[in-house]
Amino acid sequence: MGDFKKVWEMMKVVLGIEDPWVLGAYIGSILVMLLCVVYGALNWNKGGEDEEEQIKEEIEWHEKEKEMEEDELGLWDEEG
Amino acid sequence: MANDLLTLIVIVLIYLALVVYVGYVAWKRTKTADDYLVAGRATHPFIMALSYGATFISTSAIVGFGGTAGVYGMGLLWLTFLNILVGIFIAFVFFGKRTRKIGHNLGALTFPEFLSKRFNSRFIQWFSGAVIFFGMPLYAAVVLIGMARFVETTLNLDYNIALIGMAVIVALYVIFGGIRGVMYTDALQGSIMFVVMIVLLVAIYWITGGLVDGNQALTNLVNVVPPDLTATATATGFTGWTSMPTFGSPFWWTLVSTLILGVGIGVLSQPQLGVRFMMVKSNRELNRAVLIGGIFIFLMTGTAFIVGALSNVYFFNTMGQIATQVVGGNADKIIPAFIAAAMPPWFAYLFMITLLSAAMSTLSALFHVQGTALGRDVYETATKKKGGASVMVARAGITVAVVIAVILGYLLPANIIAVGTAMWFSITAAAFLSMYLFACFWKRATKEGVISGLVIGTAISIFWIVFVFKKSAEALGICKALTGQAVLIAAQPWPTVDSIVIALPIAFIITVIVSLLTKPPEKEHLDKCFSGV
Repeated sequence: MGDFKKVWEMMKVVLGIEDPWVLGAYIGSILVMLLCVVYGALNWNKGGEDEEEQIKEEIEWHEKEKEMEEDELGLWDEEG
Repeated sequence: MANDLLTLIVIVLIYLALVVYVGYVAWKRTKTADDYLVAGRATHPFIMALSYGATFISTSAIVGFGGTAGVYGMGLLWLTFLNILVGIFIAFVFFGKRTRKIGHNLGALTFPEFLSKRFNSRFIQWFSGAVIFFGMPLYAAVVLIGMARFVETTLNLDYNIALIGMAVIVALYVIFGGIRGVMYTDALQGSIMFVVMIVLLVAIYWITGGLVDGNQALTNLVNVVPPDLTATATATGFTGWTSMPTFGSPFWWTLVSTLILGVGIGVLSQPQLGVRFMMVKSNRELNRAVLIGGIFIFLMTGTAFIVGALSNVYFFNTMGQIATQVVGGNADKIIPAFIAAAMPPWFAYLFMITLLSAAMSTLSALFHVQGTALGRDVYETATKKKGGASVMVARAGITVAVVIAVILGYLLPANIIAVGTAMWFSITAAAFLSMYLFACFWKRATKEGVISGLVIGTAISIFWIVFVFKKSAEALGICKALTGQAVLIAAQPWPTVDSIVIALPIAFIITVIVSLLTKPPEKEHLDKCFSGV
């Protein structure tokens, strides 16, 4: 706890912001950005195990979406 | 001036050449949906993340909210915090994966369709479609205003001319098939924005004396400027640019409820973003996109808000005025004014082109969603007819949407971008968020439950905007015409409390209560929805 306080006081000086709420937002934004980086890095190759099947699903979805665009927005006409 | 014009032309040409080149490469590689996916397999995930980012971030975030940070200060960084935590992390990791899987299981193509198929209700589809169709022009209009304000300041053009110019470019873009943002082009815009915002972040701290000195100067500024400059703001709760406003004051409520919560939470239920999760080919892409998206949003919104706030130091040191004074009280012009004054012309032009193209990709996604909302979600669901006339309806819908957005661009007052964005986000959150949350995570939620939440959430949100929330109620004038008072409840803090704080919790509670009181959904349907989740 003492360490946390020390770091906090140091951050106040380093960032030149005294209000704990605004300092919290500044540091919090950096921390959640790092959370995303760490999560993304740790799971970089996960979630693609059943990729073949997922791609099949995705192709079907895209076909349907394209159909919708042809039928309802009249897009893609020129390209057939 | 002639020199500046040459710089502008060179930058525009280089930019266009890049866009054409990237478009050509993408077109060559991906002629059919299958190619698109196969090529996608070899594509770096930053294409997905940056194209999502380019749809997410528009002139509204950078010009509108950046300028707002010039007024409200760095407390607005809580929005950056929420944008990353909620808009990227929670959205991708929790909502994205489920939306993708459930959407595919049900064959849903639009956001309203996803909700309607999940709960087996056509009403949900046309009602949601209608909310999107009628509410979205407000958001489209403020994105357009953001573009026009930037062009106005950077090129020294009349605002009205800039607005018409932008509207014509957008209309051409939409008519000539650009309505579906090409992922590669979006990613190119995203990459340029990435670099431009890093330059801007370094520049602002360079100009104001470094991280410590810059922030410290901003902290001290409130004591340095003549008190009469900040008197009006101080009277409503302003305490400085690096401190939160007085707790519970009107200034605090606007910052926290409208700007931070409205947009920070409302982003989850944005229809044009929700539909993107269904376009991703595997969960792995979502995992990877979290990394890139987190950095991207941090750089975009963080830089915009820091620059907006610190522009006060720059303007005070160079002109002896604070940011709002320099722009005559219109916060929408703070970022353009800062860039025009502090940065070299080539940077201002590059920034302008990037912003405009980012706005185009946001607008094209918005108009696409609006067109399908009217054609597929409202017209087809209501008439039970497919194809044929619905193409006309959707096209007419898009045309009407563009026209309304332009008209609003003229009618809306100054200082509107951030508040207009926040209002749209609040409405969508009140209408869709609890339903979307339960669609993904609560199998016990029933059709009756979510419909009650949808209708009551939307109704309360609209009622609040028309009769209670001062900024919108005064601008609309309906409350005044009907009751003779500007707002129904004059006692503080209600006129400054955003509708999301009231409508969202009520919609949530009602959905839960009605769901528990009605018959649970059939197991068979749930199994189909959640298969493989």
